[in-house]
Amino acid sequence: MRGYLAYVGRRFGQFLLVVFIGINIAYVVTHASPIDPVEQSISAVTSYGNTAPGAIEQMRNSLRELYGLSGTPVEQYLLFWKRILRADFGPSMSAFPTPVGTLIGRALPWTAGLLAVSTIVAWGLGNLLGGLAGYYRQSRGLKLMGVIAMGLHPIPYYILAMLLLIVFGFLWPVLPISGGSAMNLPQTLTPEFVLSVLQHAILPALSLILIGIGSWFLGMRSLVSNVLAEDFVVYAELAGVRSWRVLTSYVMRNALVPQVTGLAMSLGGIFNGAVITEKVFGYPGLGSLLVDAVYAGDYGLVLGVTTISILGVSIGVLAIDLLYPLLDPRVRVS
Amino acid sequence: MIVLLRDLLRDSPEFRIGAVLVVFVLLLSVLASFSPYPPESVYVVPPDVPPSLTYWFGTTSRGQDVFWQLSFAIRNTLLFGCTVALISRLFALVIGLISGYKGGWIDRALMSVNDTFIVIPLLPILVLFYFMMRDRISWLMLALIMACFGWAYDARLIRSVVMSLKAREFTQTSLFSGMSTRQILTEEHLPYVMPIVFSTTMNNMVWSIGLEVTLAVLGFTDINTPTVGGMIYWANQHTAMVAGVWWWIVFPTITVIMVFIGLFLLAVSANAYIDPRSRLWSMEGAS
Repeated sequence: MRGYLAYVGRRFGQFLLVVFIGINIAYVVTHASPIDPVEQSISAVTSYGNTAPGAIEQMRNSLRELYGLSGTPVEQYLLFWKRILRADFGPSMSAFPTPVGTLIGRALPWTAGLLAVSTIVAWGLGNLLGGLAGYYRQSRGLKLMGVIAMGLHPIPYYILAMLLLIVFGFLWPVLPISGGSAMNLPQTLTPEFVLSVLQHAILPALSLILIGIGSWFLGMRSLVSNVLAEDFVVYAELAGVRSWRVLTSYVMRNALVPQVTGLAMSLGGIFNGAVITEKVFGYPGLGSLLVDAVYAGDYGLVLGVTTISILGVSIGVLAIDLLYPLLDPRVRVS
Repeated sequence: MIVLLRDLLRDSPEFRIGAVLVVFVLLLSVLASFSPYPPESVYVVPPDVPPSLTYWFGTTSRGQDVFWQLSFAIRNTLLFGCTVALISRLFALVIGLISGYKGGWIDRALMSVNDTFIVIPLLPILVLFYFMMRDRISWLMLALIMACFGWAYDARLIRSVVMSLKAREFTQTSLFSGMSTRQILTEEHLPYVMPIVFSTTMNNMVWSIGLEVTLAVLGFTDINTPTVGGMIYWANQHTAMVAGVWWWIVFPTITVIMVFIGLFLLAVSANAYIDPRSRLWSMEGAS
């Protein structure tokens, strides 16, 4: 138990470090830039006709206040942290006066759901098939899967999503290609609504799964072929343990350990993919929110989504790290 | 080197396919120097002409020849990938070598920072960066930013190799013969690490080009420099698929997929060659 607590402490420290460095990067990027977001917003507002100079000055001051750009650098830095800890990013400029926090809160479940389901499916399926492919090396079908995985894995999310969009929206229109659910349904838990959400999630999830599955498949296949050479596997086979049991509880169980670490490490990358996929399919999650906020020039919203993304991914990584000892008992003892 | 290439060409189908794809794309990018039109000009040819003998890949709605535009685009895209890969290799090498050799608290501190950079979601940060820089963003700036984030995973890989090298006898011998840490790392360990650096270079290019394409497609880069993502951006702006100008999107997409699969296959086959276990396995399979 003490080993586990020490492990949890270490991982929690790492989590704090990720959040700290990530938020600081966001701070540096926003505060070291030669372009002033306040002037950007003002020129966006004043480009539609005349505004009195006094009103502009007032606007400048209140925007400075709102964006946390008034006061000395130290004050600004402390204010930046205070706002993030309270998840208070002020009102959104493009959807005024809705607070940025509300917009993010509305988008977050969509992204989290899409990301969770597609990551779990891709990871589970990829590892299972990869394990089989490493164990039954001569199987034609599994070899073919390896070739497909190698071809799909390096393609960037955007390109694959666009291809799926063209195929299922243009050449063979059978699936909804945009939105999170049908427009005419109220967002309550009715069977129609749930069905519509599932239907709309198929294409975005499919593009995330198709790309994700490849790396887990290839990784698991090579891990399994390494574990197969270990003495304990040879011994189990000689002792007459049934081959399915050798595969599941001797080979795959051991090969899964680095794959869990891999999952934690690649979560940031998977999140990047989800952001892009959402934009392609007009899915109402954080990705669409972020891209639209950039187009609308909404400083508070862009900053809010970025910091929440960093926080969200770090929490996801921490959660995987905390589950890790379930799989690898060595962490619990030592 | 030549022997190595010959072995790889003979034994590894992945390497053969990857090499063909990459060489083809490289040829296309070299052709950019012979283009009859400058890359930035628009309306130099009749717009919206389908692929024909005069315009091999057709022309865009902006009056550009897709073939020549694509050769410029792929050249810039490859150059971008190489720049990011080279700069981030330097970071990865320095941090991986020092962390693996020194061990102790230096190793722990460096690896904590390293793991942080692996985990942080880069795309929102790059978007934020574009948002703050707007039109002042240049591709060199973007390359530098990506290089600052692209070293972490490979530094970990290099560290693990150096840790195993450190336990071997020749490290002790060089230490006792009075070599400094810098000498041991650069003269003794670096040659063993180089093969991994090569294979990670290709993976890193796949990564950085993928991100660049993604950003460019959204219009979040310098869209006036032709890149593959930039071409798709302009095609989307002119709703090329709906307007029936499919060649404007299809040819860049095919080319960039060739780059990705080609580089990835080269990296995979190089990895397989480096790893003695899988080399042994492929020899068993061949006999």
